[in-house]
Amino acid sequence: MNWTEIDTWIVIIGALCAAGCAIPGTILVLRRMSLMGDAISHTVLPGIAIAFLVTGSRDPMAMLIGAVVVGLITAFLVQAIQSIGKVEVGASMGIVFTVLFAFGLVLMRQAIDHVDIDPDCVLNGAIEFAWFDQNPDGWGIPRGAIVNGTMLLANAFFMLLFYKEFKITAFDPALAKSQGINPGFMHYMLMTMTAATAVAAFETVGSILVVAMFIVPPATAYILTDRYGVLVGLSLGLGVFAAGLGHLSAITVPTWFGFSGTTTAGAMAVAGGVLFVLAWMFSPSQGLLVRLLHNRRTRSHILAEDVLGFLWRVEERSQGSVHTNELHTALGVSGGALSKVLRRLVKHGAISREASHYILTKSGQARATSLVRVHRLWEVYLDKNFPQDGHQLHQSASRLEHVTTEEMQSHLGDADTDPHGMPVPSDE
Amino acid sequence: MIANHSISDTRFVFPSLEQFLDVLLLEEYNTRVVVLGVMALGAAAGIIGTFLLLRKRALTADALSHATLPGIAVAFMVAVAVGGDGKSMLGLLLGAFVFGCIGVLLILAIRHTTRLKDDAAIGIVLSVLFGLGLCLLKIATEMPGGSAAGLQGFIFGKAASMVASDAWTMVAVATVIFLVTVILRKEFTVLCFDEKFSTSQGWPVVKLDIVLMGMVAVVTVIALQSVGLVLAVAMLIIPAASARYWAKNITSMLILSAIIGSASGWLGATVSALVPRMPTGPVIVLICGFLFVVSFIFGRNNGVVISQWRRLQLQRRVGMQHILRAMWEVCEDKTEKTFRIESIVLLRSWKLAGVRSLLKRAQSKKYATHLQHGEWIVTEAGFAKAKRVVRNHRLWEVYLITYADIAPSHVDRDADMIEHILGKDLVDKLEQLLDSGQPLSSPHPIGDKA
Repeated sequence: MNWTEIDTWIVIIGALCAAGCAIPGTILVLRRMSLMGDAISHTVLPGIAIAFLVTGSRDPMAMLIGAVVVGLITAFLVQAIQSIGKVEVGASMGIVFTVLFAFGLVLMRQAIDHVDIDPDCVLNGAIEFAWFDQNPDGWGIPRGAIVNGTMLLANAFFMLLFYKEFKITAFDPALAKSQGINPGFMHYMLMTMTAATAVAAFETVGSILVVAMFIVPPATAYILTDRYGVLVGLSLGLGVFAAGLGHLSAITVPTWFGFSGTTTAGAMAVAGGVLFVLAWMFSPSQGLLVRLLHNRRTRSHILAEDVLGFLWRVEERSQGSVHTNELHTALGVSGGALSKVLRRLVKHGAISREASHYILTKSGQARATSLVRVHRLWEVYLDKNFPQDGHQLHQSASRLEHVTTEEMQSHLGDADTDPHGMPVPSDE
Repeated sequence: MIANHSISDTRFVFPSLEQFLDVLLLEEYNTRVVVLGVMALGAAAGIIGTFLLLRKRALTADALSHATLPGIAVAFMVAVAVGGDGKSMLGLLLGAFVFGCIGVLLILAIRHTTRLKDDAAIGIVLSVLFGLGLCLLKIATEMPGGSAAGLQGFIFGKAASMVASDAWTMVAVATVIFLVTVILRKEFTVLCFDEKFSTSQGWPVVKLDIVLMGMVAVVTVIALQSVGLVLAVAMLIIPAASARYWAKNITSMLILSAIIGSASGWLGATVSALVPRMPTGPVIVLICGFLFVVSFIFGRNNGVVISQWRRLQLQRRVGMQHILRAMWEVCEDKTEKTFRIESIVLLRSWKLAGVRSLLKRAQSKKYATHLQHGEWIVTEAGFAKAKRVVRNHRLWEVYLITYADIAPSHVDRDADMIEHILGKDLVDKLEQLLDSGQPLSSPHPIGDKA
């Protein structure tokens, strides 16, 4: 790997763009309008094409205005077709942005075929060459960095100015309305921010990265946190990190397989996706694997308690040790799960094993006694308050015994025998 | 493409009549192939898009089409790696199909296992997989022994590169989709309108859904070549959305949507063959868009013109009924049925000009006659008509007080809103209902039966 100043600037430009996109992106994701970001990024194309045709130059200001205007028209048309034409919002977006995008493509082919904006550049951007695009008096700072940096500052400014309003509209539009916040104004301001960000970023990084950076980092942050402030901060961080990781992998990963490299913009989008998958799997509160592990732990905990309870009841009938097969049929669980639980119980000294036969130890007996006590007290309690037949009583108590805390137990009171006539073992 | 034209050359070169006829009569082999292909595609997309639209999955299809890009790149790389030429259409389309399906499954997985909603799930899958596709395509161009040039064509479509076998594939796909739809029309329809009902009928909802999305994937994949993956979704939803403005029922919507789809395909291919520098895919989408705008404005169901016309009609009727009722109220206790325009203005929050134009309309319908200087008289016909209107209004007042428990001070306004949409049957029913109950007691006299 040969990291140069150019690579540093590429990452800086990508990071500025990602951070700029993350700010409106958080609101888009929370308001379930992510795809508005997608639609508007597409309609940047006709916007700049029209601006070019009208002014006949590649003046950046004209293109910004053209794209923002067409972006707002997109937002307006989507709403109009949805409400007047009674078309579902997704379809309405699909109609508006595809038609406008097609219009942009035709305009480009008709008039500006040989100007250095071409459809591939629209998607891919030219972030690899952004460093070479410098204003003469730009102090060696590429134009892409200036444009995206300015956009980031503008977005941050509006975000801070309307922080409370954005937060309330994002989570509860009805509440926002009741507090005197004009939802229409907030909507079109968000759309303006989105369109301006998309056009600023589009030339340097391409529209596909814009879409990714609008949606992916905020969505990732959303499965990591519940607080809006943290969400914005995390989105910024994730976006910047994805930009760095993306460019690094674009120039390293393909070389492992003998290729020279790949497109940075695409790789940044993929890096964002990788971060999302990581959060999706490992988020402490909502991660898929975390929840899976938690479920498994709960299941084996319950199984262990069931084993103890079963062994205790066998001893109550003064039959000695129990064979593994007997446990299998009684508890109705697969062999693997059961033998793992049994091994752990032996290790913790709750039961002892002798030639495939199991028996409670002293400490195991104490734990089992309190379990069975709780079970039978529950049966008493349920029978008194919610009369049901014996089998149901047992089933309900079997579920409740695993989740009963000390405090709950103290409310259950005391009894000598359960509704089945079995003695309730005492605590000592 | 014409290579050297100046930057300001935006002239529109009109084709000669000869060229025009050539294209229109499909004289050229290439045109014939493209037209056949895109018409078949348009019909297939129109049919399956109808269900897609009704099932509110429009943008899932967009994500699906974007997700095909890595599939194309992977298929190419695999084919080159095992020594093939990598450009075999079947292999590429198979790769596209597989990744399209993966994209849809990922959306479902994200939606069901996180708290993110459909929109974010679609956005994530769309952008990340498309980014991955761009990365892989770039790498594919470096693969030794294969030329990946032209794979980019799938992004924006390249109908000109279509050969006869491609067109026949599209026709075959369209036929299959047509047959499947004929067989499963009822099931799909119920699935789209009432998923719970189809579950209760014991239909395999999940399997039907898979068949539906599978067909969407197939259509998207065959659309890649002609309109490209960015615009493929347009072929699916725009014809269906346009057809909905005209169709009476699902069958006519399916047929219309197929016709609109293939007509757009045909027109688009024709325009792009006639006019230089007109890319086929975008032109087809623009024509779809044009047909949508026409339907949106003039369509029979919810079209802008028809809705506005109906609203205007209702407004006029309401206005007329208001003025009739006002005339009645002013003259109710008089023997001479004359009144001054000012006394009418006082009754409601009316402007003088508005009342004047309403009275003029009443005069043209012979409900009232202008005597002199703002002095008017109600005609016999106007009086009879006004009586009915007032009776309706007061019947409603009674009904609202008796049955809907609304305070007498509010009934006037509430009755005002509902009286205009009462049909004759409803009035009869209302009378029966009130006759059988307590004696009638409106805050105002009810008036005799007209």
